[in-house]
Amino acid sequence: MAMQADEIEGMIRAALPDALVEITDLAGDGNHYAARVVSESFRGLPRVKQHKAVYDALGGRMGGVLHALQLTTAIPQN
Amino acid sequence: MSVHDRIDEIVKGNNVVLFMKGSPLFPQCGFSSKAIAILDHLNVAYESVDVLQDMEIRAGIKDYSDWPTIPQLYVKGEFLGGSDIMMEMYEAGELQELVATHSLAKSA
Repeated sequence: MAMQADEIEGMIRAALPDALVEITDLAGDGNHYAARVVSESFRGLPRVKQHKAVYDALGGRMGGVLHALQLTTAIPQN
Repeated sequence: MSVHDRIDEIVKGNNVVLFMKGSPLFPQCGFSSKAIAILDHLNVAYESVDVLQDMEIRAGIKDYSDWPTIPQLYVKGEFLGGSDIMMEMYEAGELQELVATHSLAKSA
């Protein structure tokens, strides 16, 4: 079982509507992704909470059907 | 002893502990391998727990930390994050700072 990049992006954007989401398929196999998520909602949150917000957006898929998602989070620079 | 208590004892009994897949010499997953590489690069003295050898801990650690993936790093009893956060902290110099502040490097 794998997830499509646009499915991952859609779930993240549904939970974090302002987010800029960049998904990279690292291995070209639809199973190893990198995601970079930039959202104002991360401001003031420690990294663990920022990543947790993205994991929560993926509704339990992280660590399950989605094994390999390398995640980077950031706050927008003005 | 409940699995929560077992994990609690490991987390609180070690300055630095990495819950991982495989051993530091033979990591069984790229993310665990990356976590080990960062700790070794910073010359950190750490304990590791191979969750593949202990199904109870493998399942229990995800609830204990409220974090869905492995590896998981604990420093001084606090959950720091997985390998992505370790890499972000390393690149920001925050991990180096933490190692210095708590004297976590291996003694010569």
